[in-house]
Amino acid sequence: MNIQELLTLSLKAIWGNKLRSFLTTLGITIGVFAIIVLVSIGSGLQTYITNEISSLGSNVIFVMPGSSGGLGAILSNKLTIKNSQDMQRRLVSTGKVTPEIRQVETFKYKNVKDKGAFVLGVSSQYPEVVQVLKVTQGHFFTAGQESSGANVAVIGQTVKNKFFSNSNPLGKRIFLGTKLYTIVGVYGKLGSVAGIDEDNAAFISAEAAGSQYGITTVSRIDVAANTPELLPLVIKQINQTLSKTLTSDDYSIETADSLLTTISSITNALSLALGGIAGISLLVGGIGVANIMLVSVTERTKEIGLRKALGAKRNDILKQFLFEAVMLSVTGGVVGIALGMLVSVVIAILLVSTVTLWSVVLAFGFSVAVGIIFGMAPAIRASKLSPIDALRYE
Amino acid sequence: MKTTDDIIKMVDITKVYTGVDVGTTALKDIDLVVKKGEFLAITGRSGSGKSTLMHVVGLLDTPTSGTYFLNGTDVSKLGEDEQAFQRNKEIGFVFQSFNLLPKSSAVENVILPAIYAGTSPKERMEKAVELLTELGLEDHLNKRPNQMSGGQQQRVAIARALMNDPELILADEPTGNLDTHSGKDVMNTLKQLNKEGKTIVLITHEHDIAAQAKKILHLEDGMLVTK
Repeated sequence: MNIQELLTLSLKAIWGNKLRSFLTTLGITIGVFAIIVLVSIGSGLQTYITNEISSLGSNVIFVMPGSSGGLGAILSNKLTIKNSQDMQRRLVSTGKVTPEIRQVETFKYKNVKDKGAFVLGVSSQYPEVVQVLKVTQGHFFTAGQESSGANVAVIGQTVKNKFFSNSNPLGKRIFLGTKLYTIVGVYGKLGSVAGIDEDNAAFISAEAAGSQYGITTVSRIDVAANTPELLPLVIKQINQTLSKTLTSDDYSIETADSLLTTISSITNALSLALGGIAGISLLVGGIGVANIMLVSVTERTKEIGLRKALGAKRNDILKQFLFEAVMLSVTGGVVGIALGMLVSVVIAILLVSTVTLWSVVLAFGFSVAVGIIFGMAPAIRASKLSPIDALRYE
Repeated sequence: MKTTDDIIKMVDITKVYTGVDVGTTALKDIDLVVKKGEFLAITGRSGSGKSTLMHVVGLLDTPTSGTYFLNGTDVSKLGEDEQAFQRNKEIGFVFQSFNLLPKSSAVENVILPAIYAGTSPKERMEKAVELLTELGLEDHLNKRPNQMSGGQQQRVAIARALMNDPELILADEPTGNLDTHSGKDVMNTLKQLNKEGKTIVLITHEHDIAAQAKKILHLEDGMLVTK
């Protein structure tokens, strides 16, 4: 029998039991679908994070509360605005420093309100550290405004469009929570990160944020060395500064490189774990294929006997049933891949997700392999039936 | 080149079924020669070894001892796949219960032996249509077995038996599931095929059916008795 004959034969058998075939392929479809979607989300996340970190540049250092990988940061954050100011003074000729405080806040201008915006407390050196931020109108608040405690803010595009539409926002006074701030600048579009609009925000000084919210701690401190060569010196200076008030368990230092390594090991593990879970559902689907093929062999014992009596060799019967199992599994796989890609594209609009070629190839390969592995035992059983016993079977 | 005139030549064929602690002898020292062009009926009560003989003749089972030449080839000790090859080439089967694939059309059923013989799709399709037309089934080519009468189904089965042009037609109770009229029809077809040169071996327990053959052999307790 050639491929075309096998194809016709197996499609006929599959089509002859529509509901059963559909339910069997569904098991494979779900498994393959899960692999495609979960791997897409995993790799989308990885690409996104990697891009974010690389865009910061290789001279960037992050000072995080708590020891590296520990829970200290959550239990008691000892990293303060004061630490950031000390670092700024120490690094005056070697780098730029900014803390980061983030608070969800209600913005209000005249009678318009927005409850879902947020305030970012940073230093005046922020644009020099995070270089993706570009002020397109006015200017970022100055060191002078920062130290004098002036209530000034730099707003994002979403805020500008919402409250000021076409009018010039510079010099206008807007309520960020309970306090009034004068707008001194507008920054260029940053886009959305995991569904959060980075442009629906206002930058104010960390000191202003600290006094408004009654906090002294920061979620992290970002540092940019003036040149990549200064990085080791900067790290040394940071350690010298922080060790005066903190122990080494109270903070950790990450460079873009070390962060990338950590994060890609996390996202790799995540992708693997997600893929593993999806793999289990594919395994269950494969068992479904084996089960239905065993039923099919028993039901068609007489057909097998007849085919053998008419001249079918063992191999002919083996191929027939194996091909049928592979067709079931591959049909499920192809539908799963199509659905998975569709859903991944939809997810990509809302969050992050990248359909990777390797996951599609892998999923297709898996469904072929599942068909062969789980179809083999039933096919061997069919091929070993003796024609007399099979013909007599009722 | 085959030079023999014997389509079947069996010498001392014995078949023993080994049970848990005792063997059952189903066939004992069978010597059987069937010449090309013969129409032979083998009769016997149930349990006489009729079915076993038919399985051994039809290469569906291997004898325990003895030699069997089918159209000049020693087939006594063949493996499963070689048996399948010989069956496909030399023997056309007609069964009591037709044994057609229920979800396949008449044509699809008829071409089955040709698929395993490796005949090209075009050639086997033409042959199947030709055979079915000769047997008066030209209006039933694409009908499924359940859309045909018993007599029509058995004629489809006969067309299938003729597909690879075997010299031997092995018919196991071919009229057993048919009414008198259809049974007569099938017997006439077999007689016609015999006239055209096919060797027919008919296995039956009905004496009036056996009587239509040119020669009758009787099987009793696994041994052949000439009547």
